Formats: sequence, structure tokens, C-alpha cells
Amino acid sequence: MAKEPKPQEIISQINYNPPQKSWMDIPVEMKEGMFCYGAKEKSLQTLDFPNVRSWSVLEEDWKLPEKWDKIVLEGIAERLKKYRSFKIFMDICVRCGACADKCHFFLGSGDPKNMPVLRAELLRSIYRKNFTAAGKILGKLAGARKLTLNVLKEWWYYFYQCSECRRCSVFCPYGIDTAEITIIARELLNLLGLNIEWIAGPAANCYLKGNHLGLEPHTIKNSIDFLVDEIEEKTGVRVSPTFNRKGAEILFVTPSGDLFADPGTYTCMGYLMLFHELGLDYTWSTYASEGGNFGFFTSMELAKRLNTKIYAEAKRLGVKWILGGECGHMWRVINQYMDTFNGPADFLEVPTSPITGTKFENAKSTKMTHISEFTADLIKHKKLNLDPRRNDHLKVTFHDSCNVARGMGMFEEPRYVIKNVCNHFYEMPENTIREKTFCCGSGSGLNASENMEMRLRGGLPRANAVKYVQEQYGVNMLACICAIDRAALPPLMNYWVPGVDVTGVTELVANALVMKGEKKRTTNLRGEDLSVEEKADV
Amino acid sequence: MTLNDSLSKNRESIINRWFDLIVDSYPQNTADFIKSEKNRFANPVGWIIKKGIEDIFEGIIQNKSDAQFFPILEDIIKIRAVQEFAPSEAISFIFLLKQALCEKVVIENNELFAIESKIDTLAGISLDIFMKCREKIEQLKANEDRVLKKSNS
Repeated sequence: MAKEPKPQEIISQINYNPPQKSWMDIPVEMKEGMFCYGAKEKSLQTLDFPNVRSWSVLEEDWKLPEKWDKIVLEGIAERLKKYRSFKIFMDICVRCGACADKCHFFLGSGDPKNMPVLRAELLRSIYRKNFTAAGKILGKLAGARKLTLNVLKEWWYYFYQCSECRRCSVFCPYGIDTAEITIIARELLNLLGLNIEWIAGPAANCYLKGNHLGLEPHTIKNSIDFLVDEIEEKTGVRVSPTFNRKGAEILFVTPSGDLFADPGTYTCMGYLMLFHELGLDYTWSTYASEGGNFGFFTSMELAKRLNTKIYAEAKRLGVKWILGGECGHMWRVINQYMDTFNGPADFLEVPTSPITGTKFENAKSTKMTHISEFTADLIKHKKLNLDPRRNDHLKVTFHDSCNVARGMGMFEEPRYVIKNVCNHFYEMPENTIREKTFCCGSGSGLNASENMEMRLRGGLPRANAVKYVQEQYGVNMLACICAIDRAALPPLMNYWVPGVDVTGVTELVANALVMKGEKKRTTNLRGEDLSVEEKADV
Repeated sequence: MTLNDSLSKNRESIINRWFDLIVDSYPQNTADFIKSEKNRFANPVGWIIKKGIEDIFEGIIQNKSDAQFFPILEDIIKIRAVQEFAPSEAISFIFLLKQALCEKVVIENNELFAIESKIDTLAGISLDIFMKCREKIEQLKANEDRVLKKSNS
């Protein structure tokens, strides 16, 4: 039982001094390492966004349009009409503070403006001043303030320090979704051309070429061909993926990061091996070559634009359904927004596993199934020949990706898969996993290199939990099902918990997968020696 | 009573005071939270600082070697290195032990030099660790830039 403080102890802790300054009176200061560079002219132009110009965050003049404040206020008015949730979120917060200490950026930085309640107040204060009677009359007394250039810069600084992970919303007694407040704030900023390049660049690439990295069709094919060679070298099996193939049963879509950078490439090799082993009738697309959606970090309109291409491609190719790879926000977009954007996808069929016959009813409107659900179903029906001893050198823990956990409610499937392909699995503490999972600190398009300090601060609560299982159980591998995680967690581990590596779940599956016609495996997909005696029956 | 006896006897009050002095360098709302939340995972910064200074204090009592202080100091300084502190501010938590000691124990003149020297040495080690952390951060940035360049080529 917790020790209850004595009355004298409580009284002695009361501080009768008012805070030195109200948060409204503390001007924002742009600190290097904490923000990402501003969106480039070229990216804004490609996306057909307003106020295309070259600008710099550290310069005084952000080259805003004339009457920028009018544009913002009209933008708020329009969104209050359009999104009832936004209006409610602006009105009902009682500032109870339940969310205040739940944000990884606050926990890591100690900056009060990273408390979700205060971050939301940055916008609410302007809402009150311009859209409520109390705010118009009482001003600061009612928590209202005027929209000034400093307020706008403060918005830009702090709404690009929120990774939209929604951990805070889990604890809100009113169910306020602070991520949606950030989403609206970013929409408003984008009315003035105030994006960050790390979001605008990939979004422009995706709009123009189909994926965030800007890979063109021949490069995608070359990248996958390279991985095919690697698989053959490691397993002796030559897999033969197809591209843009009309009439395939399944379209497979995954984040483009998996095609390019380690450790995502090993996960990608895992997909190729798994699908080959199953004899799946599937195709890659060089047009819908991105599962992620950086439009979602910009505006609903752009999110819709980028989401559309996946479904347009599914229609063009005439596939029956879509299988999606390991990605975070891609699944939140599919699960929470796609149906409103582009659904229902009636031209497709309800995803049905051709191997087990399982109909994925949960995806009957979006027609898109998650690779972990698909794989868990295969394992449940004993359709895979697995030798988990090949992963015996690993002591694995699992990081619930925010969007898959809180945005989709998927907790069990990846754990079920890991437990069937690894013999050593350890959970992190209860208040750091599942719906309470801590963000990697780099979500919602904040995984640039120039804001590394901010990312490391935001990632501290996650890393702190990993460190605990490293100390307790010798954990040396952090598994995840998100491409941003696979890019962001390695430097996070390198800094906070050296000795812990990062993997996608499908990489673990592929290492344990005993393929028909394979040679004796001497290394895993990373080329590391396997000192496991192969199964006698293989 | 020797200084070590005195430190051992007043261990809890010195550490608590030292902890409060360090945490008060954060904005008030934040400091209140860091002081009140005891769960290691709900309050990583508070927990790591508390655990770190307990270990440093124990190390001083046990007269540990300078090298043994490296891992003990590292966890706290890793945090300070990503929290916008200037190098002098980042390592200032070590000097706050002097203030806590002044307030909580009486130190004889002949022992003053020894304990002050120890604290100064720890500050020096802390600065070395801080610089290593900053170098590591720059290296992480450079690694990512290299990967990005490759993707654009």
C-alpha cells in the first residue's frame, strides 16, 4: 500500500508563491536540435500548397502572406463547422491534468509546453479569444489570447513536437484526442505554407512518384532484385516476385523504407520469403509503392490524396484484396480514416487467406489486412514449418507501435507470431506497452536528423523500459511492426541502451521459416552465424 | 565523528536535498511532477536522477575509484546532454552536492579539502562524459544523413 503523507507533510509542500510567469508570457525560442527544417519551395509547389517560397526557421521573417491571421482564423472557423470532434475538443477540456505527464516529449524534455493539455491550450486560447463570448470579453482571465506572430511560431515549434501518438488520449477522462488537435493545428499551419521539409519532401515524393523515398519503378525493381539475390545466397531458394501484375489475387503494399535501409530490408526479405513459401498469388506495385502516408501529418486532404493511389492501383490491377506490411500510421489511416476518405472499397472482396480460408471480417470495408494478422492465422493453422531455435541467440521484447496499438487495437497477433518463432520473449513493464505504449519519439514525420536531441528526449521513456528488460533478462533485440520504428529505434538504442538491436517481426519469422528446397542455413538474414543444429526432420 | 560516518548517518536527508536542488532547475510544474511521481517508468528522468545520485553518494562513502564513477554518472549525463543545457549547466548537478552538504552536515576543516576535491573530480569526469554524449549525438545525425544521401543518389 502506498505511504500516505501526514497532514504536516502536505501543508509543508504547499507553495504560496504564484508562478513567476504565466505560460502565455513566455515567448517561444527556436532551439537547434529541437525543430526540423522548414518545408522547401519545391515540395510545397509539387503538392500545390499555398505560400510557396523559400524560408528559414531561424530568420525573423517567415515570409507569410498578407493577412495571415485572417487566413488562420477563417481556417479555424471552417474546421469548427466541418469537424464536430474539433469543436468538442476545444470546449470540453477541464484542464484536470490527467494527460499532462503522459507525453513522452514532456517526460523526456521537462518542457511544460510539451504537456498535452498545454500544447492544446496553445490553440484553445486562440479559439476562446475569437469564437467564445467569455474569451472575447474576459480575455486572459478566460484563458484567451490574441493571435500574434509569436503565437504562430509557438504553434509551429510545439505542434511539430507532438508525434500524434495518442498516449495522452488513453488517460483523458473526456476522451479528448490531442493528436486530432495537432492534426488540425498542422492543417492551419499548412494554410500558410508552414510545414517541415521532412514531411513535405516525402509527401511530395509520394504524390509524384508513389513513395516517400522518391524511388522510381526501375529502382524499386532493382532494390527488390538485390534482396532476391541476398535471399538466394542465404537460403539457396530463388524467390520470384512480380510487379504491377494484372489479375494477381493480392496487392502487397508496404512502406518504401523497407526496400532501402537496414534493418527494414531484412523485414522485406522476410515478406518475399514468406510469400514464396506459401505460393501466394500476389504482386508488388511500383505505383502504389508506399504504405505510409506523410500526407496524414499535413492535412486530411493530402492524406486522402495519397491514400487514394493504393485503391486506384488495386482497381487497375484487378486484385481481390490488399495485404499490408509492417507500418504504423498506414494502419491508423486505413483503420480510422480510409473509409471516410475513399471507402467503402466495394470493388474488392473481403480479404480471405487462400492458404487457410480464414475470412478477415474486421477488414470487410477497407479490404486490407495486416501482415501480422495474416501470419498469425497461418501459424494458428500450422501452415508454416518453423524452427524457432534459429532465433535462440535473441532475447526479444516487443515495442507496440503507437498507431497499430492505439489506432487499430492490435496487441495479440504480433506477440503470438513472435512467441512461435522465438523461444525467448520478455514483455516490458505493463505501463509501457499495449495501449499505454510509449512512442519511439520520431513518429508523425519527426524522424529527421536535425532534431536528433528532441527525438532522443522523446524516446527516453521507451528506451528506459527497454533498459529494464535488458538488465533483468538480458534482452538484446527489440521487435516492432513499423517502418518509422525500424528507422528511429536503432539510434535511440545506440544512445540509451547500447547492445539492443532492432528487428521487424517478419524478419524473425523468415529466420525461423524452414523453406522447401532450402540449403542448410549457416547464417541468418543479416549474415550472422547460426550455431543451431538443424531439425532432424528437415 | 568522521566525515564518512556523518555522511552515512545523514544519507537520506542529504540525498533528498541534493535531489530537490537538481530538480528545481526545471520549470516549476515539471519539478513538482519529477519530485512527486515515484514510478520508474512513469517518471524516467526523476527515477534516473534519484538512482544516479544515490549511487554517486554511495561511491563517495565507499571511496570508489574515478573509473568506477563513469558508469554511475553516465545515465544522468546522457539525459542532461539532450536537454538543452550548456556544458556548465549540464554538470552543475554535481556542484549542488556541496550546497546539500553545507546545509545538512558539519564538515571539519581538515576534511573539507578532501570532499571538495572529490566533488571537483566528479565534475571533471562528468564533463568528459557530457562531451562523449554530444559526440555520439553528432555521430547519430551524421549516420542518418549518410543513409539519406544514399537514398537520394
